[in-house]
Amino acid sequence: MAERRSPIAVAPLLLPATLLFIAVLAIPLIMTLMLSFYSWGQYTGIVEDFTVENWVEVFTDPYFGDVFLRTLRISVFATLLAALFGTPEAYILKRMDPRWRGIFLLVILGPLLMSVVARTLGWALLFGGNSGVANQLLMGIGLIDSPIPFMFTETGVVIALAHVMMPFMVLSVWASLQRLDPQVENAARSLGASQATVIRRVVLPQIMPGILSGSIIVFALSASAFATPAIIGGRRLKVASTLAYDEFLNTLDWPLGAAVAVLLLIAIVLIIVASNRLVERRYAEVFR
Amino acid sequence: MSFLELTDLRKTYGDVVALENFNLTVEKGEFISLLGPSGCGKTTTLQMIAGFTEPTAGKIVLSGRDLVSVPPAKRGLGIVFQSYALFPHLSAAENVAFGLDMRKVDRASRDERVREALAMVGLKGYEDRFPRRMSGGQQQRVAVARALVIRPEILLLDEPLSNLDAKMREEMQGELLSIQRRLGTTTILVTHDQQEAMALSNRVVVMSKGRIEQIASPVEAYNHPASPFVASFLGKTNTLSGEVRGGTLSVGDYRADVPGADGPVAVTLRPEKMRFDATGLRGTVASRVFQGNSWSYHVDTAQGEVLVLRQNDGQPLPVEGEPVFVSWSPADMGVHREGARHG
Amino acid sequence: MKRNGPIALIFHAFFVTFMVAPILVVCVVAFTSHGYLSLPTDGLSLRWFREIANYPEFVRAFWTSIYLGAVSSTVAVVLAVPAALAFSRYDFTGKGALAAFFLSPLMIPHVVLGIAFLRFFTQGGLSGTMAALIISHIILVFPFALRLTLSAATGMDRSIESAAISLGAGNLTLFRRVTLPLILPGVISGWALSFIQSFDEVTMTVFLAAPGTETLPVRMFLYVQDNIDPLVTSVSAVVILITMVALMILDRLYGLDAVLSGHSDRNS
Repeated sequence: MAERRSPIAVAPLLLPATLLFIAVLAIPLIMTLMLSFYSWGQYTGIVEDFTVENWVEVFTDPYFGDVFLRTLRISVFATLLAALFGTPEAYILKRMDPRWRGIFLLVILGPLLMSVVARTLGWALLFGGNSGVANQLLMGIGLIDSPIPFMFTETGVVIALAHVMMPFMVLSVWASLQRLDPQVENAARSLGASQATVIRRVVLPQIMPGILSGSIIVFALSASAFATPAIIGGRRLKVASTLAYDEFLNTLDWPLGAAVAVLLLIAIVLIIVASNRLVERRYAEVFR
Repeated sequence: MSFLELTDLRKTYGDVVALENFNLTVEKGEFISLLGPSGCGKTTTLQMIAGFTEPTAGKIVLSGRDLVSVPPAKRGLGIVFQSYALFPHLSAAENVAFGLDMRKVDRASRDERVREALAMVGLKGYEDRFPRRMSGGQQQRVAVARALVIRPEILLLDEPLSNLDAKMREEMQGELLSIQRRLGTTTILVTHDQQEAMALSNRVVVMSKGRIEQIASPVEAYNHPASPFVASFLGKTNTLSGEVRGGTLSVGDYRADVPGADGPVAVTLRPEKMRFDATGLRGTVASRVFQGNSWSYHVDTAQGEVLVLRQNDGQPLPVEGEPVFVSWSPADMGVHREGARHG
Repeated sequence: MKRNGPIALIFHAFFVTFMVAPILVVCVVAFTSHGYLSLPTDGLSLRWFREIANYPEFVRAFWTSIYLGAVSSTVAVVLAVPAALAFSRYDFTGKGALAAFFLSPLMIPHVVLGIAFLRFFTQGGLSGTMAALIISHIILVFPFALRLTLSAATGMDRSIESAAISLGAGNLTLFRRVTLPLILPGVISGWALSFIQSFDEVTMTVFLAAPGTETLPVRMFLYVQDNIDPLVTSVSAVVILITMVALMILDRLYGLDAVLSGHSDRNS
């Protein structure tokens, strides 16, 4: 029951935050966009002219293409992994005794708030070389014969990222499960459906929007992830954000780094907006 | 000059008229009910008296002083909200004390008045309870005490009993009435429950679609509804179409002398005022239902189905399928000319 | 409700192990007595926790993070409360756009934020200062502060305010004695979540921090880049412990899933 007000009337409440956001968010972003059109030289530094050479370089040099493609690949696999494991876990949590559920929700969602550096460090320790705990465990249960290289590989980055992003997926599916009327499942069972059929034909279609919106979040965050690929991937296995970091703090070619960053931002925003549209249109009736 | 005068009140939201032509005068100590279905404008009226909604046009005058320009915090009215709107972070006593604090009442007399107010609503000993730990009925009492402790000029009740179960509601009705009679506080109740309005008020204002249909005492409004809408809203009603010609009303074979102009009319009749007779409206008993102290009859007539309520007083009564004549005393019927608004 | 079957429980055990393992391994290795990365096979030792004291840059970075988190969350909440009240009770032109603007830091990759702020503060001569860190962290955590205060303000029964007004409360009294106490749980949770976000942020801050203003995650990140040894595991263990304590408080206060999903009804 919101009252209609003129923007002037609500200004006193909103002006401080708005001004701050314009001054310290909008303006810096515009400056970054402008920066990507400046030129740079080893000895001249940043020259405030107008050139598209950074953009041409980003789009033509196959090195950048490789990096963006790797970023995409890593994000897609991390998202798939998170969806594949996060969804059933959320459903299991939903069916759990409430006392246990509270504890496990804390255990599973809690890492979300823990330092990414600390969590990634944990994976680095688990992966650590051929004699790492992860490999010993996998060989111990006979899943693999010889050690898999995890450190400095995309496989390692994908696994660590999936772990870092998992809580978002569980949370998103969990939220859509909360809206599920438990009587509907009982109704399906009373009509003779088996548990598997209930999940496939009754539960899954209803929580699909949750899985998809969780996937969008996980994908976007994976594509912009920095610390995890930097630590697990090492200096050689670059993704878009570590590449931009390098240009800024090692090569010092800020304009080129800005172009990489702006491209990353645009790509992510486009993907989020487009997939949100798609999900909302496809599931308009589920969203009411 | 009356205590509270509402003159030509009007409220529109864009093109939507929420209230118009609203005129009402309230005397000191009166208990008035604004009664009608949702969307009839009763809540809008209450909100305007309270000051939370500004009228588009019209005047609100309390004891000769214009209220419209007074901010709600300065109107000094006591309000009991539908949700009770108790402060969840304050105890019962602190809730009641809030209005006194705003008035800078000194601590000693504040505590005394809070104690009295809680005792008045039967909550002695509940001073330190928090709203969350109280039943709906107890919360309601705190809300009433909080509204009354500031000695308001008018007490506004916004559907105060609608969240209570039937038994509790009846009990609270009785208490509200006795408190109101004791304190003599002018009270305006907004409700959609006709039974509640009739049980509590000196006068009811029956409203529909943003307009007043009738202002009258409950007895008058029930027995002589001003329109078919009022008749049907205030209780079970038969609405039959008839015709007046040369001072005589005909409803089927029923005849009665009626003054006024010729033309088609709508006749409203209470089921309990109808009887089976040797002449009158011809029909057949379609069904009858035993209700303990009475029998409820559905009679098929040429005018449609008619509901007849007969006392279970040992007299012989017709059975299902029996042909009957339904009749009534002309004094008990409401005759509404065409052109009068329908509900 | 149907209980989980054995397959579900095995899956669950595997899943929980996956979630807990990297965190557990950090905490366990932190207790080693050896000079190299190893499991504490010969008893738990606090050697590497004591060692932290010999690295003043870690200790300083810790206090920087605490200070930064506290100041930026407090400012963010102070700005978010009036904004949340405006969003929850009024409709006005540009409301949707403004809400999207305020929540946009959630969508922008932190690398981009870091670069934008670095460029901005370098131009303004503030690069590497605490002021620059504080301002950028306010922007970073504002969406979290706004979301939780907004859900509290939206969920509030407005007739309670009407009741206070009818009893004679003025604007200031109304806010201080009724509105604020009613939305306080949301405000506190918003602050706490903001604090944790600020405390953990590394990607954006790594661009902005200078040697004197390094935060703990930045110091840890730079350290790990060079070498991984038991010292950084003990520092991580301390960070994990602090977060766990904050987490439990938050869970008690508000319910963790509610806090993290911003009360899941993101109406604005």
